[in-house]
Amino acid sequence: MTDALAMRRQGPPLDAAVYLVVCLVGAFLMTVGAAMSKDPLFQFEAEIFIVGFLAGAAMLLMGIMGGAFRPEPEKYMDGVIRAGVIATLFWGVVGMLVGVVIAAQLAFPRIMYLPDFGPLNFGRLRPLHTSGVIFAFGGNALIATSFYVVQRTCRARLFGGVTPWFVFWGYQLFIVSAALGYLAGITRSQEYAEPEWMTTLWLVVIWVAYLLVFLGTIWKRKEPHIYVANWFYLAFIVTIAILVLVNNMELPVGLLNHRSYPVWAGVESAMVQWWYGHNAVGFFLTAGFLAMMYYFVPKRAERPIYSYRLSIVHFWALIFIYIWAGPHHLHYTALPQWTQTLGMTFSIMLWMPSWGGMINGLMTLSGAWDKLRTDPVVRMLVVSLAFYGMATFEGPVMSIRTVNALSHYTDWTIGHVHSGALGWVGFVTFGSVYCMVPWLWKKERLYSNSLVEWHFWIATTGILLYITSMWVNGIMEGLMWREYTPQGFLAYSFAETVSARHVGNVVRLVGGLMYLSGVFIMVYNCWRTVRMPSVERAPTLAMLPAAAAIAAE
Amino acid sequence: MSYEAISRFVQQGGTVYFTLLFVAVCVYAFWPKNKATFDKAARAALDAEE
Amino acid sequence: MAGSPWKAHGALERHSLLLLIGIVIVVAIGGLVEIVPLFYLHNTIEPVQGMRPYTPLELEGRDIYIREGCYVCHSQMIRSLRDEVERYGHYSLAAESMYDHPFQWGAHRQGPDLARVGGKYSDGWHRDHLTNPRSVVPESVMPPYRFLAETTLDYRDVADKMRTMRALGVPYTDDDIKNAVQDLRDQDDPTASPTGLHARYGKNVNIRDFAGDPGRITEMDALIAYLQMLGTLVDFSTYQADAPNNLR
Repeated sequence: MTDALAMRRQGPPLDAAVYLVVCLVGAFLMTVGAAMSKDPLFQFEAEIFIVGFLAGAAMLLMGIMGGAFRPEPEKYMDGVIRAGVIATLFWGVVGMLVGVVIAAQLAFPRIMYLPDFGPLNFGRLRPLHTSGVIFAFGGNALIATSFYVVQRTCRARLFGGVTPWFVFWGYQLFIVSAALGYLAGITRSQEYAEPEWMTTLWLVVIWVAYLLVFLGTIWKRKEPHIYVANWFYLAFIVTIAILVLVNNMELPVGLLNHRSYPVWAGVESAMVQWWYGHNAVGFFLTAGFLAMMYYFVPKRAERPIYSYRLSIVHFWALIFIYIWAGPHHLHYTALPQWTQTLGMTFSIMLWMPSWGGMINGLMTLSGAWDKLRTDPVVRMLVVSLAFYGMATFEGPVMSIRTVNALSHYTDWTIGHVHSGALGWVGFVTFGSVYCMVPWLWKKERLYSNSLVEWHFWIATTGILLYITSMWVNGIMEGLMWREYTPQGFLAYSFAETVSARHVGNVVRLVGGLMYLSGVFIMVYNCWRTVRMPSVERAPTLAMLPAAAAIAAE
Repeated sequence: MSYEAISRFVQQGGTVYFTLLFVAVCVYAFWPKNKATFDKAARAALDAEE
Repeated sequence: MAGSPWKAHGALERHSLLLLIGIVIVVAIGGLVEIVPLFYLHNTIEPVQGMRPYTPLELEGRDIYIREGCYVCHSQMIRSLRDEVERYGHYSLAAESMYDHPFQWGAHRQGPDLARVGGKYSDGWHRDHLTNPRSVVPESVMPPYRFLAETTLDYRDVADKMRTMRALGVPYTDDDIKNAVQDLRDQDDPTASPTGLHARYGKNVNIRDFAGDPGRITEMDALIAYLQMLGTLVDFSTYQADAPNNLR
């Protein structure tokens, strides 16, 4: 209480005050914009931002009045990471639930659609699912773990005072604005880059702040060497900034119009989009999550990194080679053939640095292999590496032109993406969250290891159902499309290939449901862990029953 | 400059650039003086206090 | 070094900035190598005979196509493979999407390719299919779009859209932009004079009541107008794939 009073006498912390002004000005500008615009979708988007800015202003005001922004330079900043873990779980449930819904739409189109209600059609929900799991679930996991790892490995508190909180809440506003925008029909229709110009502009602001927080913390570090996990995080942050800026070079139809058109057209547009799209996989879903792996696997296994040299070599090779691989999405199209060949060559080369990371992670367990049996969290992390190795072998194979001729446009691609997304990104995130929850909330352990076992087995079975059904569907439809009758006619109409996929679509739905139920188990387990007594008080509380028992004797 | 000249230049330049970069990275990773730093860094996650 | 903590601090910052710059260089060059030559390609390839910018109604229809996310299930890129050419028509040319900001080639075929769907089905088929896909294709998994037929098209900003496109290099003339709203209405009205549309967009432009709802211009009208022109601009009976300009 006296601290709060002292704070108030000093006046509010400068950065919090600045953010308060930013929020109020933002809300004001958006109100003016919404009032002046004739475009209902622009008004809708502006209203989301007004609510967001006002909520932000209210939080800042309460924080300043309550003296919450006290500088504590000697302590790690963990509150924002706890919020990030909760957001990760929340968006994980939302994004995967939408995934299950759209899987059900493809399996049972007669009952899953509302003919007079566009917002819940597959075309609008599918971007919500992909953005939800990649940018909301994955993005929050990356921001939270990067804040955790950079503080511990630099032995320094997060840089920037209130800015980490600004990054966190600003990013949530970006997610909500993009997600509701998709439902309302605000989209650029470029895969994984759907948000329109206003939302993207906001993301750029957040991303610059994120980069500054991360770099600033590295500048404050007390260790001379920058740990390799931070290299991966930095590559992820910087490259995503470049990718988003280039792929979103666009001209709004008007300052009060939600719509914009990209400067790129046709072939250039395709090349830029897949340069972006494949590197969203490479830097968001790979480099960022490898950073996670390089902290949580050694930490949990209590073993040093198997080969630090390998981690350096595969870091540079990975980021160098990934950036070239995009054109493998455009085989046999109107893109110049040498560019396709270049993309294919680099995609095949990419196999090596990818497996460098997998081998380094797996071998880190040498001397601690027994933990695979005893610790389900370690098992989750190890299986994530196995899926990573599998997906990064399958990817180069699919990038070969002749294989791609069969696999492109089919469900095989969907299966491939999900072996990486569910197996690698999902499991390494679950493993890291299972590590962080007891550490962040100062608990001795997780509430239940056997619930982790259940989560692990249900989710693993779900993944296997998912990817095998998509392999079958993909290869089947690819073969059916190119099947000829002895007379030299195409053997199947397109509609026949659609109905042939029905069984696979149902199996996929079951697999997705299992994976989602695993996440529900995880949420329950984490929630119970948080509600357990904290470590500091644990000994006294643990002694009570024993003391009572002795007294009773 | 013609499209053909540009594309030939970037393909050949890309190969040279990649090779040089890879050699530089290997030299850095295997430079004997860096060994102690890397051995310490490999334990960084373990040594970090909570 | 020990005497000057500032110098040591500078070295720390330099390390992280070096790392940052190294990442930027490594990442930027790989992308540039693949992207930059395409600008030269763009400047050196002659537009194929027949390519024209979208009419105002088609442009609005394309924006509906984009808004509904049709690209997640429908490609607009016929690959140069035997079965695709036989199923969908001549493989897609680079020039055919030269006015597409952004491209809509797609990546997945939950449904068939649409690059040359124009003229393959009647307007009535499209209307029935969009209203309830399973009424004409029982196996279909496509969502129903009945609401498009009930929603009046909002085309107040169509001239602004064309102006934006022109700023990005699409050759709309002042005349095109001035007459945007009139052209949009005329294209959906078989009783209107076609002279202006023909002068500005050529004799082959489709002019009729696309959704069969006289007196109204709905989102369904715009979307069908767009679908019915897809892939129809280039006349492949006169196109020569072996011409020197096309061998790149």
